[in-house]
Amino acid sequence: MDYATLLQVLDTTLRLATPLLLACLAGLYSERAGIFDIGLEGKMLMAAMSAGAVAYLTGSVWLGLLAAIVGSLLFAAVHGLASITFRGNQLISGVALNFVASGITVLIAQSLFGQGGRTPPLEGAARFNPIKLPLADELAGVPIIGPFYAEVVSGHTFLVYVGLLMVPLSWWVLYRTRFGLRLRAVGENPASVDTAGISVVRLRYTAVAITGILCGLAGAYMSTGLQAGFGKEMTAGRGYIALAALIFAKWRPWYCLWATLLFGFFQAIALRPDVIENTIGISIPVPALDALPYILTVVVLAGLVGKAIPPRAGGEPYVKER
Amino acid sequence: MTLMKTLLGAAATLALTAGVSLADPAIIFDLGGKFDKSFNEAAFNGAQRWAQETGGTFKELEMQSEAQREQALRRLAESGANPVVMTGFAFGDVLNKVAPDFPETKFAIVDMVVEQPNVRSVVFTENEGSYLVGMLAAQASKTGTVGFIGGMDIPLIRKFACGYAEGVKAVNPDAKIVVNFTGTTPAAWNDPVKGAELAKGQKAQGADVIYAAAGGTGIGVLQAAADEGILSIGVDSNQNYLHPGKVLTSMLKRVDNAVYEAFKEGTELKTGIVVMDLKAEGVGYALDDNNRPLITADMEAAVNAAAGKIKAGELKVHDYMTDDSCPALKF
Repeated sequence: MDYATLLQVLDTTLRLATPLLLACLAGLYSERAGIFDIGLEGKMLMAAMSAGAVAYLTGSVWLGLLAAIVGSLLFAAVHGLASITFRGNQLISGVALNFVASGITVLIAQSLFGQGGRTPPLEGAARFNPIKLPLADELAGVPIIGPFYAEVVSGHTFLVYVGLLMVPLSWWVLYRTRFGLRLRAVGENPASVDTAGISVVRLRYTAVAITGILCGLAGAYMSTGLQAGFGKEMTAGRGYIALAALIFAKWRPWYCLWATLLFGFFQAIALRPDVIENTIGISIPVPALDALPYILTVVVLAGLVGKAIPPRAGGEPYVKER
Repeated sequence: MTLMKTLLGAAATLALTAGVSLADPAIIFDLGGKFDKSFNEAAFNGAQRWAQETGGTFKELEMQSEAQREQALRRLAESGANPVVMTGFAFGDVLNKVAPDFPETKFAIVDMVVEQPNVRSVVFTENEGSYLVGMLAAQASKTGTVGFIGGMDIPLIRKFACGYAEGVKAVNPDAKIVVNFTGTTPAAWNDPVKGAELAKGQKAQGADVIYAAAGGTGIGVLQAAADEGILSIGVDSNQNYLHPGKVLTSMLKRVDNAVYEAFKEGTELKTGIVVMDLKAEGVGYALDDNNRPLITADMEAAVNAAAGKIKAGELKVHDYMTDDSCPALKF
């Protein structure tokens, strides 16, 4: 594989890793606060549809993004209500929301546009267009780093950079702020947080809301950044891959970045069977490449690459008095 | 998810079968969806045309999952619909099983041969149509590299790829043809995100014209090609209008005519194998205002000459499905 090809693959990697990264970080907040969220997929789907529909109707991608966040927050609120206020089973609530999203997105898009559950293609200001970072052209001549900067780092859409910035931000919030400490504590031992006089319910709702916002970004990226419009089931299981990445990352922000980049890389090379054939000399069937992220997750779950320990109070509703 | 879809599908079937009127024709769309802007939409347009011309009504059903096929087919047959038309090779096995149970009902299947006395099998010579758009692709390409993105990796789609490759090689024997398939399951017909990424990958390999034979996935391919400033070729329906001036042409497969004819013949449907080839105008390439500026007079003349030869039988385009091999392309 020559350097130029590697850069192309890395470029694709970053593009495909972004929705995974945003969803993975979304899951991180929720699960760190002790609320399991299988419903990342559904929230992304809802956000993707809202973004596609509103961006098309208003011609503004920013309004689309806002709609995506609102749509996703709506689902997050239902999940919060079911699993925090009513202390329901968090897994069942998440799965149910995925079903609802799968149906309702197509229903809304079909009744609005009548194109088989698809939103019309977006153009111009109705979608996120690639941003050329400053100095990309000037630095392109510099060996090794120049092309890397120009090809891989520059030329992505707005939300890709938002996703990347979210990583250090999440690290800072979770590990360097009082809020982060309390959030992590509420996922490990909510009783102690309660004893300290802090509302467990409010903390958990905040975490679920952050999850909703981040899923909104991920979904909006799918339909207005990666693609130009919403199509039925367009998230294609990315919410589940993000959950796998979250386990792979052992519920840590920086590991989330590496895990989703790795999964994105697998998706990227699966698209380029020719590159693999040229690099290692044998051709691997494409379905085998597609399966790689899942195989890797199973390997991690089997405890072969360190141990992944979930937050201790995860999945359990908090009851103040027994 | 599947459960809910099945329930919804069953509800739809019930709703459809509720208002029975005798011998309305029926059509079942495959998983790509009625509005895939391609294969199934062409079938829908044919049915619509029949309805408008005759003032008749028809039943329709959109498949939601693989598991529904047999149930859907039986329900429509039981409801008295006649003939029942279905689009897609995937109905082959199911129809083979169901058709003998309804000897009075006529069936028509597009893209597959089912040898039952009450079935009409409509097959198209996609290799011939693809040959023509392959010639156009090679002439329009500046890099000498062209791309092909198939949907599900099945012999039928390889037939498209093979005819396309022969057409490309006929114009430029040194041309490089990059071939990708979206997947190996029916979901590959409806994955525009992957289609777009494959198109970007092919552009990186030098392709500047990409032919998408991938149902709904093709929407992503055409979008990505338009974004990247390269040309694309649509399939089945005329897709030139999706990105005017950026879609070189579309390989037309007149599924609409096949459905229209079947509906028109109604219960008198003649069974057996019907081959819709270039001569019968079953396949062809699209030329309209949207792509007129992209097709030069030379290109048009060359393609029309080749089309004439194919019609006259002087030029044979290899059919991948006859021997599972392709002289012009290695898969």
